[in-house]
Amino acid sequence: MPRRITLSLLLLFAAVVIQAPARADQTADQLTGLTAKSFNAKIAAVETLAASGDARVVAPLTALLEGRLHIRKADGAIVIVKTRNGEDFFFDPLTGAPLGEAKPRSSNKIRLNNRLRGVLHGALGALTLFSPEVAQRLTAAQAMFKSAGAESLLPLAKAYLQETDASVRAALARTLAAVRLRHGSDEEKLLAAKMLADFPDRDVRDLLANTAQTAQGELLAAVARTSKGIERRLSFFNILQYLFQGLSLGSVLLLAAIGLAITFGVMGVINMAHGEMVMLGAYTTHVAQVIFHGYFPGAYTQSLLLAIPCAFLVTGLFGILLERSVIRFLYGRPLETLLATWGLSLILQQFVRSVFGPTNREVIAPSWMSGSIEITGGLALTNNRICIIVFAILVFLVLTLLIRYTDFGLRMRAVTQNRAMADAVGIRSSWVDAMTFGLGSGVAGLAGVALSQIDNVSPNLGQGYIIDSFLVVVFGGVGNLWGTLVAALTLGLGNKFLEPYAGAVLGKILILVLVILFIQKRPRGLFALKGRAAES
Amino acid sequence: MSEILYLDGISVSFAGFKALNDLSLVVESGEMRAIIGPNGAGKTTMMDIITGRTRPDKGIALFQGDIDLTRMDEAEIANLGIGRKFQKPTVFESHSVEDNLQLAQKAPRGPFASLFAKLSGAQRTAIDETLETIALADARRRLAGELSHGQKQWLEIGMLLMQQPELLLVDEPVAGMTDAETEQTADLLRQIALTRSVVVVEHDMEFVRALGTKVTVLHEGSVLSEGPLETVQNDPRVIEVYLGR
Amino acid sequence: MKLNASTWIFAALLAGITIIVPTLNLALPETSALHVPTYALSLFGKYLSFALLALSVDLIWGYCGILSLGHGAFFALGGYAMGMHLMRQIGERGVYGNAELPDFMVFLNWQELPWYWYGFDSFGFALAMAMLVPGALALIFGWFAFRSRVSGVYLSIITQAMTFALMLAFFRNDMGFGGNNGLTDFKEILGFDLHSQGTRVALFIASGIALLAGFVLCRMIVASKLGKILVGIRDAESRTRFLGYRVEHYKLFVFTLSAVMAGIAGALYVPQVGIINPGEFAPANSIEIVVWVALGGRGTLIGAIMGAVLVNLAKSYLTAAFPEIWLFALGGLFVGVTLFLPKGIAGAAGSVGLARLIGARGRP
Repeated sequence: MPRRITLSLLLLFAAVVIQAPARADQTADQLTGLTAKSFNAKIAAVETLAASGDARVVAPLTALLEGRLHIRKADGAIVIVKTRNGEDFFFDPLTGAPLGEAKPRSSNKIRLNNRLRGVLHGALGALTLFSPEVAQRLTAAQAMFKSAGAESLLPLAKAYLQETDASVRAALARTLAAVRLRHGSDEEKLLAAKMLADFPDRDVRDLLANTAQTAQGELLAAVARTSKGIERRLSFFNILQYLFQGLSLGSVLLLAAIGLAITFGVMGVINMAHGEMVMLGAYTTHVAQVIFHGYFPGAYTQSLLLAIPCAFLVTGLFGILLERSVIRFLYGRPLETLLATWGLSLILQQFVRSVFGPTNREVIAPSWMSGSIEITGGLALTNNRICIIVFAILVFLVLTLLIRYTDFGLRMRAVTQNRAMADAVGIRSSWVDAMTFGLGSGVAGLAGVALSQIDNVSPNLGQGYIIDSFLVVVFGGVGNLWGTLVAALTLGLGNKFLEPYAGAVLGKILILVLVILFIQKRPRGLFALKGRAAES
Repeated sequence: MSEILYLDGISVSFAGFKALNDLSLVVESGEMRAIIGPNGAGKTTMMDIITGRTRPDKGIALFQGDIDLTRMDEAEIANLGIGRKFQKPTVFESHSVEDNLQLAQKAPRGPFASLFAKLSGAQRTAIDETLETIALADARRRLAGELSHGQKQWLEIGMLLMQQPELLLVDEPVAGMTDAETEQTADLLRQIALTRSVVVVEHDMEFVRALGTKVTVLHEGSVLSEGPLETVQNDPRVIEVYLGR
Repeated sequence: MKLNASTWIFAALLAGITIIVPTLNLALPETSALHVPTYALSLFGKYLSFALLALSVDLIWGYCGILSLGHGAFFALGGYAMGMHLMRQIGERGVYGNAELPDFMVFLNWQELPWYWYGFDSFGFALAMAMLVPGALALIFGWFAFRSRVSGVYLSIITQAMTFALMLAFFRNDMGFGGNNGLTDFKEILGFDLHSQGTRVALFIASGIALLAGFVLCRMIVASKLGKILVGIRDAESRTRFLGYRVEHYKLFVFTLSAVMAGIAGALYVPQVGIINPGEFAPANSIEIVVWVALGGRGTLIGAIMGAVLVNLAKSYLTAAFPEIWLFALGGLFVGVTLFLPKGIAGAAGSVGLARLIGARGRP
């Protein structure tokens, strides 16, 4: 944390009286304040308890809010009432120790009004600041940013001084500054306005905008200066955010299209059922998870890793089956292939719908894929998207190396460039075709594994991607995987950068129109072959 | 005599490969010229440049002295009066022989003109004459796809005649023909050359000899040698790269 | 342009259907075994509009080799033009009783009619737009595509992208075409109640006449020299070019004409089914049209008509009786036709010696 913040915070705390942590017996004494008759006295008691920073008071205050904090008629002691198996029992409010069965009408509920409820909500929020869980403290510190009033200053400052975790400290500093900006003296407001420059996010921007409506003179200038800085940083974050989203979409498109690029490039086959191969890959992931759930319930979310080879094999073999049974009879007739594979896609969709039902299937993400990495308040990268980007790059690299350096890759390239010659030098081009189609379909299966994490696993999954995938392939040009990469990223980024200006749907329409126009300009795509090979 | 075709300094490359390298060639009006050269010498690419299929990277291509061919597309060039026969016989296989000739016949080329076109008596006579010339009068109602390889080659030449071109480009007209057919084809071409200019690209030396015309040898995209066949055959450079192998 | 005997026979058959089916509906009592119920008549009228659509696809695919996977877009645009007219005809009888604005605009709080809805209160204008809008789109799209020689699967894919983009656009509420729900709740056409038997019969007859006219027009085109050139482009495009024909002009002509036919089919379809929505732009619909043509036999015209009617009969039956089976059947049809029946029913019939009877003109 920058030194400036620390210093400023200390200045802010000058006005705050810091109490020593309450001792246990003191807390018990303070609790009896809740038995007072007047609501004002009760409110005072709640505020004292909240300011104690003693985590044990959370239980009685929660019970009070829920109407379960009672006074036992026998001895006037404060107790918590809980229901177990339909019978009521008393418990100690601070220790939680059981105090025996509660007979009907043996206790009186401590009554509440709306003002007390409001105070209780605030107090409980502040108390969570002292929870032993870092995540809870962080959530509480962030949650208080918008609503906390002047009464929260004391617990906030206290929590700040005790806090050891850096991210929670930052969140506390941000909330403290916000509270000071709303409720502090003129000097404090000015200082807070300057401090908030360290927290460039949307909430701070909105807070400053609100303040600017009433602020005057020096404060207004400081607020304006900070706002401007934040706006600049925010728009920079926005660009980063679009960049990330664009890369993410681009990598999804790349995964979906790269298998298609291989089959179209090598075999000239337009495989309309490619989307359904992706869908089958996603369902394989689902099935793998169900099987894992049956045999290794402890580790079943990790089944995603096993699903990767499974999906590749299942869809790859399925692809070879399709190639041998249907597609090989249609070589040299690309339009007929297009129609036949469309028919196959309808059959596959209906097949999956009949077996698995029309509803979405859930694939649970492993823990390391959920959550997000927060760069700052304004910029968060979700883990599953990052994983998909990395996965797409890996798949691309492996395929590039495979085509470049393996024997199979050599044969594939030979067939792409000159089928007749490849046949003549003894390459069994029909075998290469089957393997290539299997490879393309297998890669589609891999795309399915990835898509199961960000999209609904349903029979229509593939339909949503097929047109985009085709555009990527056509845009990128045939016979060059780098073209596919560039095209996928261009379309992904283009989509996401257009979205904020044109809206999601219009942005997509614009991209479609642009690609259509581009194809008119370069009918063979970005990285097209030239010369005789392109004539055919 | 004026030149009908004038190529100067034409270069074109595909992905780094120089298909034509500073090629210059002049064909006089009414001349018949044979072009020979090994595979990859640039013969077909030269035809592509002349007919507008490929644009040269640099160089000049003029027709009849002042018409710039490099700025026009295939259809415009065809309508100027340059006809082209492909290496592989290319005819409309699902049309009859007669229809093939009708489509090639010189007439307005727009869609609306075609929609309302009717054959005039003179046009019918022209078709009949050409059918005689290419020896396909008996096959006039057969589908072109049913013809033999040699017959398709003739039909294509017949279609070019119907176009009434000033300049005819013929790419390997006797590839895959029997000896008798080759001889007939040579006769046919000589007859055609009486009324128009013809450029023939050919591998078959016997056929070139039978044509008895001036010969241009291409090698690696430019002209290696030019002159009567005997002179060319005795040129040591030609012997080295082509004939001597 | 002389037409052969088979054309006259089939045209007479179409004319016969156009006369006889309405007669069976109107003249016979409902108890008669030969009586055609009004719902069946409307269903068949819908098939006739589909047949016209199939004809438009066959003209470009069968004769010129242009496989459009976006012809549903032209059909839907024609349908929307007619739908807009029918929408204006509702007038004050809508749910909100607004004489000027259609219900969905009132619902969206629009204050006045968008400019592109002007004129659609006139039937003639709407009919003209049903032809002009698809025609203009085809002309512009085709001009770009054919000029740069986009062909084969590339063309198929961008036509598909075109209809996909239009679908997304029409789904938007602020486009002013009713968004998701499209245009529906029509009341009357030219002052006649759309739900009455007489109007339905009239619409059926109109569809029959349009199909007949479309068929004869296509026949005349394919029999002309222009038709032969189209086939030439299909079989040997570069030969056609080197003969001096501007291939792009020919493709543009036939593509635009085909789009206009599809637009008319859409305009006939909408009043008979009572709704038009963005689903009509779905790429799947456009591909389905192609399979009608493929099944019937492309490049035969008659085959396209038969294919459209047969597949839709099967669809109506199967989706009602065995909804699970329909997609299997349709998918199987795609695969089966391309593998075993590449020339379609008409082509197969031709190869067993019926060619002369149906006038098939497929690939040799």
